[in-house]
Amino acid sequence: MPLPTLTRPMTPSVPRQTTTPPDEAPVKIDVEHLSFYYGSKLALSDISMQIRANLVTAFIGPSGCGKSTFLRTLNRMNDIIPGARVAGRVQIGGRDVYGPDIDVVALRRQVGMVFQRSNPFPKSIFENIAYGIRLNGLARSHVQMREMVEKSLRNAALWDEVKDRLHDSALALSGGQQQRLCIARALAIEPDVLLMDEPASALDPIATQRIEELIYQLKKQYTIVIVTHNMQQAARISDVTAFFWLGKLVECDRTDTLFTSPREKLTEDYVTGRFG
Amino acid sequence: MTRVARRKALSSLFVGFCALSVLIALVPLAFVLFYVVSRGIAALNFAFFTQMPKPVGEVGGGMANAIVGTLILVGLAAGLAVPVGIISGVYMSEYAGSRFATAIRFAADTLNGVPSIVIGVFAYGIAVLPFKQFSAIAGGLALGIMMIPIMARTTEELLLLVPSTMREGALALGATRARAVFTVVLPAALPGVVTGAMLALARIAGETAPLLFTSFNNRFFTTKLTQPISSLTVQVFTYAISPYEDWHRQAWAGALTLVGMVLICSVLARIATRRLERMHVR
Repeated sequence: MPLPTLTRPMTPSVPRQTTTPPDEAPVKIDVEHLSFYYGSKLALSDISMQIRANLVTAFIGPSGCGKSTFLRTLNRMNDIIPGARVAGRVQIGGRDVYGPDIDVVALRRQVGMVFQRSNPFPKSIFENIAYGIRLNGLARSHVQMREMVEKSLRNAALWDEVKDRLHDSALALSGGQQQRLCIARALAIEPDVLLMDEPASALDPIATQRIEELIYQLKKQYTIVIVTHNMQQAARISDVTAFFWLGKLVECDRTDTLFTSPREKLTEDYVTGRFG
Repeated sequence: MTRVARRKALSSLFVGFCALSVLIALVPLAFVLFYVVSRGIAALNFAFFTQMPKPVGEVGGGMANAIVGTLILVGLAAGLAVPVGIISGVYMSEYAGSRFATAIRFAADTLNGVPSIVIGVFAYGIAVLPFKQFSAIAGGLALGIMMIPIMARTTEELLLLVPSTMREGALALGATRARAVFTVVLPAALPGVVTGAMLALARIAGETAPLLFTSFNNRFFTTKLTQPISSLTVQVFTYAISPYEDWHRQAWAGALTLVGMVLICSVLARIATRRLERMHVR
């Protein structure tokens, strides 16, 4: 079946090519039989999957299917929700995320997160980036701090736009710039995994394209997991796609395989737009 | 009458009622202000701010001691209530479970509704009686106790207005809960908290009852915190109920000064809020 989802109107400037085939890259995140409850409501049921290093893994599925919840179990952001409960096991880089001796603060330093709505702090652009660096004691001097801020902003492709107004309020930036600032802020603490919860859903097409190009650049250094509502986006930017439905993981495969010849009927119906 | 005409008439009637209510609310305020200003201006002069009260029978003199006393009392109250109130507000909004927070909120609202004279009696019991001494500290304590629930509730409500994505952003960077609150959430709410503090100050600066048997009064100038101290409100009260015409005029001047101080407080609150907001939005 010809899939319009695979034509890419906004092709990243670099040709998309995975250096390592998706099924041979080392496993970064290993999830076994994970279930998640909000109170007595089962939100995720028995999910097992492996997320591989230096690839982009996309989570797709209709609203309320649990993809965001699953993303947030990976850096324990769900901890702050009263009544939330987790069963099963998540390992990141060989460490048990829900183990008794884990330091959540250290975990979140390793696993950065970018949110659906850009959430810059009401501080200057510089201070937004410096916040995490300071928090984790990563800079030893003012000079080093400035270098780290610059590097993060460059990595997030924002430096040229803001270098002359680092001390202006971050809230004066445009929506797309704010989101890249949030990406820069997440990168500043040198994580190795980057979780992105619909990072472009509130942005216009041009800002979205910039974020997508950025994601393509970033996967050289980071393992990226992205939740998206937009199937074209998943097809454009990801190497592996996981399809969630009603709190279950229906299918997880190489993106081209999942979109062209899915194993499950449900997946095919969803990616061809027959429901959802 | 057609249906449309009836609806229009009803609508105008309702708007008329709204306007009338506003008028009823504003008329007493206008009268009070008019009276205080017109009677106060006549008695107000430079000496009023710089001189001490004169003995009965001598004309002139001022309320320098009471003005300084009020500033000291309000300062003491703010020193107690601003930190305690803000931290309680943080606890209510960020830490207490919803049920416990509801209980504290109820307690704070109740405390807020307690007649100020009762708070005065309480402060008398814990800060005057044991030392057998009226003092500025006891007065500041009474005013501070009045101010704490106002500060706590204001802070709580403002913190709840800060989007939760802001907290999550800080937590996702590895901040502990407390760090996220004090470095991101509270600064985001700061303009509002400052306004709340200034308005609370304006509110307690006009209290008389809690001071009657805590800081009492003092006809002499003092800045000693362990001594009875004069305040504008108690001084106005004392002068107003006296039988001397000259003291009555002084009382009007004192009332006007108090209104002026409250007005300055409110204006400062607005300026501070604008400044803080502009720092972040522009």
